[in-house]
Amino acid sequence: MTRYIIRRLLQAIPLLLIISMTIFFLMDKMGDPLATMGGRKVTRKEDRERLARQLGLDKPLAVQYLYWLVGNDWTKTDMDGDGVAETPGKRKGVLRGDFGVSLVNRKPVTEVIGERLPNTLLLMLVAEAVVISAALLIGIYSALHQYTATDNTITAVTFIFYSMPVFFFALVTMYIFAVNFKKWGLPYLPTVGMFEPEVGQTPAQVAWHMILPVATLSFAFVAGYSRYIRSTMLETMGQDYVRTAKAKGLPRHQIVYIHALKNAALPIVTIIALDLPFLLGGAIVTERIFGWPGMGRLFLDHVSRSDTAVVMGILMMIAVAVIVFQIIADVLYAWLDPRIRYK
Amino acid sequence: METTAPNAPASIASLDELEAPPLSLGQLTWRRFRRHRMAIFGAVTLILMVLYAFGGALFFSEADANRIDTGARLQAPTQEHPMGTDTVGRDILARTIYGGQISILIGLTAMLVELLIGVTIGAMAGFFGGKLDSVLMRFTEAVLVIPQIFLLLVIAKYFAQTIPNIKLMGRTFSGSVVVIVFVIGITSWPYLARIVRSQFLSLKENDFILAARATGTSTREIILRHILPNSIAPIIVAGTLGVASAITLEAYISFLGMGVRPPTATWGNMLEGAYNYVESAWWLWFFPGLLIALIVLAINFLGDGLRDALDPHSRAA
Repeated sequence: MTRYIIRRLLQAIPLLLIISMTIFFLMDKMGDPLATMGGRKVTRKEDRERLARQLGLDKPLAVQYLYWLVGNDWTKTDMDGDGVAETPGKRKGVLRGDFGVSLVNRKPVTEVIGERLPNTLLLMLVAEAVVISAALLIGIYSALHQYTATDNTITAVTFIFYSMPVFFFALVTMYIFAVNFKKWGLPYLPTVGMFEPEVGQTPAQVAWHMILPVATLSFAFVAGYSRYIRSTMLETMGQDYVRTAKAKGLPRHQIVYIHALKNAALPIVTIIALDLPFLLGGAIVTERIFGWPGMGRLFLDHVSRSDTAVVMGILMMIAVAVIVFQIIADVLYAWLDPRIRYK
Repeated sequence: METTAPNAPASIASLDELEAPPLSLGQLTWRRFRRHRMAIFGAVTLILMVLYAFGGALFFSEADANRIDTGARLQAPTQEHPMGTDTVGRDILARTIYGGQISILIGLTAMLVELLIGVTIGAMAGFFGGKLDSVLMRFTEAVLVIPQIFLLLVIAKYFAQTIPNIKLMGRTFSGSVVVIVFVIGITSWPYLARIVRSQFLSLKENDFILAARATGTSTREIILRHILPNSIAPIIVAGTLGVASAITLEAYISFLGMGVRPPTATWGNMLEGAYNYVESAWWLWFFPGLLIALIVLAINFLGDGLRDALDPHSRAA
C-alpha cells in the first residue's frame, strides 16, 4: 500500500509540471499586467521598462517560469538597467514554498490566498456536510420506498435540481427568501457578504449569511448523490446476504444500516472524495453572486488583472488537492473493501 | 369472437417478431425510447424550444433584439414588452429568441468540437495502446485535474483580446462566439475520450477485428468502419449530454463576464450582471435563466432516455 501511494505521488510530479507550464504560458499571453497594476496606468515608456525589469517580466518566458519554479536567488538580475546584472534575486521558487508576490497588491501569494482560503473552506465543509447528510437521507428513503408516489416525486425534483444552473437557483432563492420575505415582513436572509459590518464577524452572523450560499453550493450535489445512493442501495438490497439477513430475522434497521448501507457506501465514499475539490469550481459562481470573500472571487479578480502569481498559486493548490483526493479515494476504497489490493 | 379478440393482437405481434427480419439499431432504440416517458417529454420540450428560438425570428427581427431605447429601460413586463426590457431598454422577449439561437448553436458546435477531439484521442489511445496510450492518458488526466470552470476562464481570457465581428448570412456575430465554442470544446473532451478509449480497448479484442485484419483491411478502415460504429451508443449519449453542459458552461462564463460579447445576445450573457437586479428587476434574469434551466433539463431527459434505449447494459441505476 505504501509503495502504491509513493508511486502515485511520483506520477503526480510530471503531471503538475505539465499543468503549471501550460497555465504559465496561457497567463503570459493574456494581457498586460502592468496596465492594471495597482489600479493606476503606467504610461511612460521608461517607467514601463523599469517596472518590467524589476518584476522580471522582461525575461524570456522560459526563464520566468524557471524563476517561478526554483527561484532566482542563485543568480543576479539587472535592476537599474545599465546592462550589468548586480542585484541577487530574492525569490525562492514554488518548490521551496515561495509562490511569489501578487502584482496587484504586492503581498506574498501565500498571504493573499491564506486570507481567503478559510472562508472558502468554511463554505465548502458546511456544504459538504449538508450534501452528505441530505443525500443519504433522501437516497436511502427513496431506495426503501421504490416507485411510491414520494419516490417518484423525489426523482422528478432531483432531476430538475440536477439540471438547474447554479446561478438560476441562487437568483430564485435570493428572490424568494431575501426579497419577498422582506416584503412580506418575514425574517429574511441576507444576500451579500459574510456579516453585517455594524454587527461584526460573529459566528451567528456568519452562519446566518451562509444559509443561501451553502444551499446554492449543495443543491446540485444533493440531487446527484441522492440518485446515486438510491441506485447503489437498491443494488445492495437485492443481494443474497441481505436476503439471508432478512431470513434470519434481523431487525429492519440493522439490515438497512449495517448490511446494506455499509456495502452501498463504498462507491459513494469514492465519489465524494473525488468531487470534494470540485466544489471549489461551484464556489466561483456562488461566491461571486453572494459576495462571499473566498478563493473563487479572488481567482476572478486576479485573472481579470493578469496576476500570474496568484492565479498560478490558486490553480496549483487546486490541482494538488485534486490529486491528493484521488489518492485518498483509492486508499479509502481499499481500506473499506478488503477484496481490493493495490500493487 | 369477443373473448378471443384481446388475445389476437398479442399473438400477431409475437408472430411478427418471429417472422420479421431483425430490427436495426435505430428501430430497436426507437422502440425502447418511446416507452421512456421522461425522454419523450424532454424531446418534445426541446423541439418546442428550438421552434421558439428559430420560429420566433419570423415575428421579431434581429434589429428589434438589439434596439437600444434608453427611455424604456428596466420596464416590467407589459403588453408591449411581454418579458420587460433590460438595462438599456432592449426587448427581452426578442433577445431571448435571438439569444436562444446562439445558445443552441454554441451548444451544438461546442459538442462537435468535443466529439472531434474526444473521439480522436480516445480512439488512438485505445486502439494503438502502448506508449501513445500512456502519453495521451496522462494528457487527459492533466486536463481533468483543473476544474473545468477555472480552465475555461483562463483560456477564455487568453483568447479574449479584441476579436473582429463576423458577418455570416447577413447577420453580424460577435467573434467571441467562436472563441467560446472553441474554449468549451477543448476543455470538455476528457470524459468522452476515456469512454471511447475503454470501448476501443474491449472491442479491438473481438474476433471480427481479427477477421478484418486477416482479410487485409487497413487500420484506418478497421477503426472507422468496424470499431467506431460499434461504440456509437455511448458517444451519442455523451454528445447529447455534452450539448446541455456546453449551454450551461456558456452561461457560466458569460454570467461571470468573460463570455460572448454584445451586441450578440445569448441566454448566458443576458444574465451578466443580473444579480445586481435581483430585487428591482426580476424579469431581467428570470426569463433567460428559466430558458437555460428548461433546455438543460430537456436535454438531460433526452440523454437519459437515449442511454436507456441505445445501451441498456451501461446503466447502473
